[in-house]
Amino acid sequence: MFNDSLKQLSKRLASREISSVELTTEFLERIRQLNPRYNAFITVDEEKSLAQARHADRKIAAGEMDFLTGIPVAQKDIFCAEGWLTTCGSRMLSNFVSPYDAGVIERFNQTGAVNIGKTNMDEFAMGSSNETSYFGPVRNPWDVAAVPGGSSGGSASAVAARMAPVATGTDTGGSIRQPAALCGISGIKPTYGTVSRYGMIAFASSLDQGGPMAKSAEDLALMLNVMTGFDERDSTSLQREKEDYARDLDKPLSGLRIGLPKEYFAEGMSSDVEKAIAQALDEYRKLGAEMVDVSLPNSPLSIPVYYVLAPAEASSNLSRFDGVRYGYRAQHYQDLAEMYRNTRAEGFGAEVKRRILIGTYVLSHGYYDAYYIKAQKLRRLIAQDFSDAFTRCDVIMGPTAPAVAFDLGEKSSDPIQMYLSDIYTSATNLAGLPGMSIPVGFGDKMRPVGLHIIGDYFSEARMLNIAHQYQLNTDWHLRIPQI
Amino acid sequence: MQWEIVIGLEVHTQLSTQSKIFSGAATAYGAEPNTQACFVDLALPGVLPVLNRGAVERAIQFGLAINAKINSPSIFARKNYFYPDLPKGYQISQYEQPIVEGGSIGIQVGETEKTIRLTRAHLEEDAGKSLHEDFHGMSGIDLNRAGTPLLEIVSEPDLRSSAEAVAYAKTLHALVRWIGICDGNMQEGSFRCDANVSVRPLGHEKYGTRCEIKNLNSFRFLEKAIDFEVERQIEILEEGGSIRQETRLFDANKGETRTMRTKEDANDYRYFPDPDLLPVEIAPDWIEQLRASLPELPQARRERYITQYGLSAYDAGVLTSSREMADYFEAAAEQLPECAKLCANWIMGDISARLNKEGLDIADCPVGPAQVVRLIQRIQDGTISGKAAKTVFDGLWQGEHHQDVDAIIEARGLKQIADDNTLEKLIDEVLAANVQQVVDYRGGKEKAFNSLVGQVMKATKGKANPAQVNAMLREKLGG
Repeated sequence: MFNDSLKQLSKRLASREISSVELTTEFLERIRQLNPRYNAFITVDEEKSLAQARHADRKIAAGEMDFLTGIPVAQKDIFCAEGWLTTCGSRMLSNFVSPYDAGVIERFNQTGAVNIGKTNMDEFAMGSSNETSYFGPVRNPWDVAAVPGGSSGGSASAVAARMAPVATGTDTGGSIRQPAALCGISGIKPTYGTVSRYGMIAFASSLDQGGPMAKSAEDLALMLNVMTGFDERDSTSLQREKEDYARDLDKPLSGLRIGLPKEYFAEGMSSDVEKAIAQALDEYRKLGAEMVDVSLPNSPLSIPVYYVLAPAEASSNLSRFDGVRYGYRAQHYQDLAEMYRNTRAEGFGAEVKRRILIGTYVLSHGYYDAYYIKAQKLRRLIAQDFSDAFTRCDVIMGPTAPAVAFDLGEKSSDPIQMYLSDIYTSATNLAGLPGMSIPVGFGDKMRPVGLHIIGDYFSEARMLNIAHQYQLNTDWHLRIPQI
Repeated sequence: MQWEIVIGLEVHTQLSTQSKIFSGAATAYGAEPNTQACFVDLALPGVLPVLNRGAVERAIQFGLAINAKINSPSIFARKNYFYPDLPKGYQISQYEQPIVEGGSIGIQVGETEKTIRLTRAHLEEDAGKSLHEDFHGMSGIDLNRAGTPLLEIVSEPDLRSSAEAVAYAKTLHALVRWIGICDGNMQEGSFRCDANVSVRPLGHEKYGTRCEIKNLNSFRFLEKAIDFEVERQIEILEEGGSIRQETRLFDANKGETRTMRTKEDANDYRYFPDPDLLPVEIAPDWIEQLRASLPELPQARRERYITQYGLSAYDAGVLTSSREMADYFEAAAEQLPECAKLCANWIMGDISARLNKEGLDIADCPVGPAQVVRLIQRIQDGTISGKAAKTVFDGLWQGEHHQDVDAIIEARGLKQIADDNTLEKLIDEVLAANVQQVVDYRGGKEKAFNSLVGQVMKATKGKANPAQVNAMLREKLGG
């Protein structure tokens, strides 16, 4: 049952083979067993989860079953959920119980899904290894010596270890896709503006986007059906017709043009990853796809551009954590300035402080034009590269991350090396494009490799179709870590 | 040395929307602390701003009223600084591409008219309020005001005296109320001025170093603060010193300004476009719709009153100093176009005096334009004297006889004696009783005639028309 797809679970619930309370209890029990090892959850509240499960069972009994009714969903601790501790992986919010639901949480509640717990994450989503969490690092179920990736490392680890059938994540520079790749699961960051950011604690507002993490592309599609939709409380939310992301899953891939950017296959990729990706591309050739060489000439700039813009926005977004109204406040201070200083010095971890400093610097008088404005211009060029490429291909493929999961502590003292984990993913956030990762094999130390699929704006259904067809013909997504 | 004063004003006007600029919370004044602060105003983790269309509309209406350029797209920016009553740690304001750019306002100082250019007007949110008393050494924060929509209106340094500054501020105050975008309540902080003041030797082109005086919430304080500041700066310069660029506060009790912060400890606000708000696209037909919704503006009305009703520039200016007064005048003058000047005199004279005395606005005047029209008609047709009309007005003010002018005249016995026979009989009696005066008058003493007129008026208890009495007396005595 822990390996069931959403369709299978939903069928069991609909046929009354199992109740939501039973299902939820099973997963809670598994979390109780496994979480001490993986630290994937920050908060588990069995009573709250079971109350939702009972509500779901009543809904099912009344014949009001939606697709996700009664299904446990792990929620990244960046989404505010009423009555739940919502920490964003930070000491700063270690005591913050949200008085309201994020737009995404509301949608899950409306459909009758069960919140199975709040997952661990890099502090304020800043990190690629889940080592910056105030609540301790998360372990990779494939190898406890390895990081799960980040920032949605808790969600990735929870799904990989089958502590939850599906989870939510958020992706600012790769935070859904990179941990999905490192933990051998599937994840998609949809087009910017598709999933409401209301109640999703902001890291970099113009880049942040929520999305699902699951065992398969099919499950991702069903999750997206719940998560997406216009929200008037988010001014960047797009007003579009509701779509069924599963509608094209079964379409054949003949005639598909896959763009391979020469920049992604140049130096930097480790050979084990390269081998797995090459095999995956061969599989696509067998499925009728055609490979097209494309170029994204500005893509080498995406990391520097990202590390100007994301910290700039973050430095301002995180100003509200000042100890005045909620959250952590320092014990000792003499005056207001010292209260601010001590609160923020003690409440934030090192990586968050580093980014606040970078962001404050690039927005400063005299540096703004040289950094922020310049980066915005390059951001447009990076987006233009993709538009040009999509005139020649339907999707772009490459590795999600340059290497398989690294060991805990391996990169934590070298921020630049850490930042390069997102070298293939951050450009899509800069362009606002959808991107996803699916497992396509294993590299060194039998750690998973993820294939990165980038689509044009609003082509999620097509991307999921492309991923699903691969998963119908391969079994990498069905591999389960030895636990 | 002759010094020239250079002043520019920044005025914060609170826009008259029901809800805040980026949240649905109410803007009403005077509620219990923190009862009008929703999750967005409290800057809880994860909340987002949504722009209030009504605030944008009011800003556009202002721009159109001063013939300014409306920028599209207009961009919201974050102004970053820490303060406990600023919940997000940044204020959402505008920096580049403010909604309104340029434009001008005509002012009148004494007999001279002058055009003051505006730099820009931008939308922003107000901060909350820090309360430093009653919290036992701590501070209280009231976030009711946080997120209240403001339009900050910035003038060019075109003002050359405190009198011009006050005239400009008053004209602006009247304009924002006229077009209905701000209630103008200065006690409640709906209209607050900051003054940038500098002096330079007369004839010099280069501006002197300026000081900014913050938060002047009355026209009197504005005038006093500028006068004090000008004197302070001139004194320093004449003693060979130099002015330090700084922000100063006006102490109303002492009537002086003092340093609040110097340029050195000024914040670097790190403005950048707010990624939570999209650039605001303002379609031309939206602008045209708003233009059509604007009332006739004070300047246009003023000119019309001069040409249509033959008023003097001064009278027309006074009558258009507020929309309520202009509407009052117009309601009366439309009924009596030939007596428009009389209507103006009544409004600017007796009515204004009484309103002042009672501390009322013309909008709350208990006597309406219809009654004033009837009153003037009764003077015109000779029913009552001008003097009696003042008594009738008092009756109207008191609400006597359902404010029926004729009923009040009747009840108070103010009707003039227009009947020649009655008057002639009275005149004859007066002449018979004052033989000496008649003799004196015939002997060439004009004073005696005045005395006789007085006697007749007294005999009629003031109810005769003095002109009529005059004519009849001359006829009798001259005959």
